[in-house]
Amino acid sequence: MKAPRLELHMRVNGRAVALEIEPRELLIDVLRNRLGLTGTKKSCDVEVCGACTVLVDGKTVSSCTYLAFECEGRDVQTIEGLADGETLHPIQQAFVDHQGLQCGFCTPGMIMATKALLDENPDPSVPEIKAYMRGNICRCTGYHAIVTSIQHAARETARS
Amino acid sequence: MKPAAFGYLTPRTREEAIEVLSRYAGDAKVLAGGQSLVPLLNFRLTSFRYLVDINRIPDLDYIRSEQGYLAIGALARHRSVEQSAEAARECPLLPEALQFVGHPVIRQRGTVCGSIAHADPSAELPALLTALGGSVVLEGSSGRRVADAEEYFLGYLMTAQQPDELLVEARFPKLPNGSGFAFEELARRHGDFAIVGVACAALPDGSVRLGVCGANSVPFRPLKAETAAAQGDLQEAGRLAAADSDPDSDLHATAEYRRAMVSKLVERAVRHALERKEGNARG
Ligand SMILES: Cc1cc2nc3c(=O)[nH]c(=O)nc-3n(C[C@H](O)[C@H](O)[C@H](O)COP(=O)(O)OP(=O)(O)OC[C@H]3O[C@@H](n4cnc5c(N)ncnc54)[C@H](O)[C@@H]3O)c2cc1C
Repeated sequence: MKAPRLELHMRVNGRAVALEIEPRELLIDVLRNRLGLTGTKKSCDVEVCGACTVLVDGKTVSSCTYLAFECEGRDVQTIEGLADGETLHPIQQAFVDHQGLQCGFCTPGMIMATKALLDENPDPSVPEIKAYMRGNICRCTGYHAIVTSIQHAARETARS
Repeated sequence: MKPAAFGYLTPRTREEAIEVLSRYAGDAKVLAGGQSLVPLLNFRLTSFRYLVDINRIPDLDYIRSEQGYLAIGALARHRSVEQSAEAARECPLLPEALQFVGHPVIRQRGTVCGSIAHADPSAELPALLTALGGSVVLEGSSGRRVADAEEYFLGYLMTAQQPDELLVEARFPKLPNGSGFAFEELARRHGDFAIVGVACAALPDGSVRLGVCGANSVPFRPLKAETAAAQGDLQEAGRLAAADSDPDSDLHATAEYRRAMVSKLVERAVRHALERKEGNARG
């Protein structure tokens, strides 16, 4: 079946974007293949791994299972939108400072989920961090350092 | 591209949604949170000509306390219900059960009504709705009707909902003051669908209500087990609930194991609910 194409308007990292898409296109493919924002990683395709986590209107979504047109008129934030020029966002800096990454594949998703967590709960306890991050998997098994990074990110964000 | 092609419809009112659902009856699918539907699309386990995205219908996102029940609108997300003060006050078994549903990112997007409409026999909320004797409100081209949980769930991913019907609201009966409750679940990892799950409410009048998921093609209330539980015979309650289940064997567990787990989890859920009820009575 040939479905009529859709005109999609959204903001991505603060910039207005207008694109013609097919109704079946997923947000992750639009971000990576159409907009060249390859920081968002594609892995499990069924929202069990969290690597593709981005924020839509400030809330976490798995972009692998989110139809792009669901974003019509909405605001999308990806890992590329966090740093201020050459200055890393405090969450990114905390992950660097506390070795919250090894291979780095899960990191964009981890950081976007952390952003949503801290926006909602600026001073999370360790159990709260672990519960919130349950949907983000790290196969290098660096969880300990990730939790530490998030704790430091919370402190830094509170300060700035 | 992963999903097969479809047309994307964005109705702005319930009437419009029902109109397109009846126009393309059987060839249109509702999109709520997409947390079950889009993975199925990605695998091409489902395809249809029209997707009816209901997310832009404004008056479906609510949690309301009504006479006798908590009303959850079609667009109320798992996470809003989990964090809702009304839900915590009027039906605390609901936020408790939601802790077992996926992980926070899924709960941020997935809807309570979508989980009910999806009717996965391993899902927590259908078992809870069944245990409490809740219902759903369906609106279609021939009007509005209320269906009890027990008549709504028909089989594996099958419900009494007609292709032109929208599930607009789920109704969870309130737990009276002084009730005890518990949700117990066995899963491979926290957040996975249940291998077996049990919802239990111990009511102030001495009766006990149970709902079991993962042990039948539909969630069910083991009535004989409820009677034994109300008499305080927990082991017998477990045994009777296991005898009433009819699970399949699959990759995750054999039928025999599932039945044994029904027995254990019923026992545990009833004990936990009764303990909490006593705690409430002592205040
Ligand atoms: C990794 C993972 C783990 C999960 N773990 C669990 C778990 O442990 N327990 C659990 O219960 N669920 C789990 N889920 C599923 C999740 O709870 C879904 O959110 C839920 O099952 C469906 O809700 P939804 O709003 O996303 O519905 P959608 O995916 O949008 O729709 C699901 C189905 O219901 C229909 N539908 C939805 N809303 C309506 C409506 N208002 N009227 C008519 N039809 C409607 C759709 O047409 C579709 O057929 C998991 C999902 C994932 C990806």
